[in-house]
Amino acid sequence: MAAEAAAAAPRPAPSRLLAFWSAFCENHGAVFGLVVLGCVLFLAIFANLVAPYAPNVPFDNSARIPPIWDAGGTLKFLLGTDGNGRDQLSRLIFGARLSLFIGLSVMSVSFCVGVALGLLAAMGGSIVDTLITRIMDLLQAMPSLVLAILVVAILGPSLTNTIVAVTIVYLPRYVRLVRAAAMGELPKDYVVAARVAGASPLRLAFVTVLPNCLAPLIVQAALGVSDAILEAAGLGFLSLGAQAPTSEWGTMLADSREFIRSDPWIVALPGIAILITVVSINLVGDGLRDAFDPKLRRS
Amino acid sequence: MLIFALRRLALTIPTFFGLMFVTFAAIRLVPGDPVEVRVGEHGISAERLTYFRHQLGLDHPVWRQFADYVWNILHGDFGVSLSTQQKVLTEFLTLFPATLELSFFALLFAIGLGVPLGAVAALQRGKWVDQVLMTIALIGYSMPIFWWGLVLVMLVSTVWHILPTSGRVDPILFDYPFVTGFMTIDGWLSGQAGAAKDALRHLVLPAIVLGTVPLGFIARMTRSSMLEVLSEDYVRTARAKGLSPFRVVGIHALRNAMLPVITAIGLSVSGLMAGAVLTETIFSWPGVGKWLIDSINRRDYPALQGGVMLVSTIVVVVNMLVDILYGVADPRIRHGR
Repeated sequence: MAAEAAAAAPRPAPSRLLAFWSAFCENHGAVFGLVVLGCVLFLAIFANLVAPYAPNVPFDNSARIPPIWDAGGTLKFLLGTDGNGRDQLSRLIFGARLSLFIGLSVMSVSFCVGVALGLLAAMGGSIVDTLITRIMDLLQAMPSLVLAILVVAILGPSLTNTIVAVTIVYLPRYVRLVRAAAMGELPKDYVVAARVAGASPLRLAFVTVLPNCLAPLIVQAALGVSDAILEAAGLGFLSLGAQAPTSEWGTMLADSREFIRSDPWIVALPGIAILITVVSINLVGDGLRDAFDPKLRRS
Repeated sequence: MLIFALRRLALTIPTFFGLMFVTFAAIRLVPGDPVEVRVGEHGISAERLTYFRHQLGLDHPVWRQFADYVWNILHGDFGVSLSTQQKVLTEFLTLFPATLELSFFALLFAIGLGVPLGAVAALQRGKWVDQVLMTIALIGYSMPIFWWGLVLVMLVSTVWHILPTSGRVDPILFDYPFVTGFMTIDGWLSGQAGAAKDALRHLVLPAIVLGTVPLGFIARMTRSSMLEVLSEDYVRTARAKGLSPFRVVGIHALRNAMLPVITAIGLSVSGLMAGAVLTETIFSWPGVGKWLIDSINRRDYPALQGGVMLVSTIVVVVNMLVDILYGVADPRIRHGR
């Protein structure tokens, strides 16, 4: 009797987070991406402990040693050394820290500013809306790298200025997304109810409306990290980003271009590092989108 | 329809003025007096400085300088390059065909491969073919193209020796009179056997590199658009009528699935321009992208200013045309907000 009752009682609904997680796990690629990304993140955070050497210290008589699997490779330098005799593995690991730092800081700043401007455009009346939308149109009219180059031309090339430039480049995406989503939510009953109940504009914007616009934003944020990493590495490659001897992956590539024929691995490794990181982030982004949007998942 | 097109055209006017403001302000924000930057470390007498500043209009108030700048641009004067003393517009127009030709072949590669790949993936949904194709698309989409270009150069120049890895043509073997600026066409017009082919051979690697990201993007777009269309009633009807699978997919589904893809391609011009900067730098391709980078390295700010202005104008105009064409194709857009 008791057992019957227990069986008849409705099972407690799984928490939303748990349901989301299981939806995310349905996409095996996304889980794979998450694992790889976790490893890269681990290396980046614990670079000091994991990396065998400091990234910028050259070793005497050790320039351009090939990786371990190549003839002439040594256990001392698993992935070989670069043109200045610096350990490639250590540089790549510290580079992961830089690249993820760039990607995450660009994402967080453009996310926060984008949310604020997007909500302001949606709720601040038509003049504010037109002004913000026009400025975003303007920023999007310029090809991303061209706009970044212009910003770097003004500020000068450096790691910080790369972050500033790429943040400006990616700002419009968030603003547009938030504006469109908020515009869709504003006429709904719950927003009207909150307004009638006397919610202040700030409360209305951030507590009532924003949480319901988050899904597409989170997906965009994930993909934004990988785009920012690519953009920053591109600037580094053009010698307009982080400057040597910084072990930023794009800068490392630019430094090693001269060895492209003699020592191809020096050129190959930083690119593979960028590719692995960007692919894994994009896999996670795809998984997030599928998990947020059940309609897409079924199709 | 005309009203829709005019309204869309009117929307670009503030963007255009905004661009002029941004490029004007950007160059004013660059540290250092333009004349002193120009003379470098040689130094200059106070008289000559005043003279040059007057010539460049720098002794006017800022609003007047901006008004002059706008006036000049509206009259087609984008300034004079410091390093070549040529008009920026002239330089741009000489170099732009190179970028256009490269972008055209890159898109050809991306569409020619991306659409079939996406369509096949959609038809084989969930099977291993789909997974393999989508993995390729994801890698293409995530590719750091500056590295990809170096890898291809490395493979071709050290292993395969089949394709040239820099420049647009071989000027020693052939003579290319400037007619259209498109080397494939100019080579063909010149009547020399092999000249057009040589230009095409030079295009292969850069076009693949520039087309890789659009390829991944187009394949993914085509797949999802196809999946949507394949579940539509008219496709089921076509199947039920007993049409051959080829007709169902090729005529009924793919054609309708293409509309969003074509729009996306049109809107990817901006991305192509950004990619061209990197691709042209790797392959020493004498186009607009490499010119912008050279200008910044030479501190040739008028060229940079004019170049950014012109490139952005092209993007704005193309985006406007895509929007208008989309309105032509789909009346719902036209009558919407």
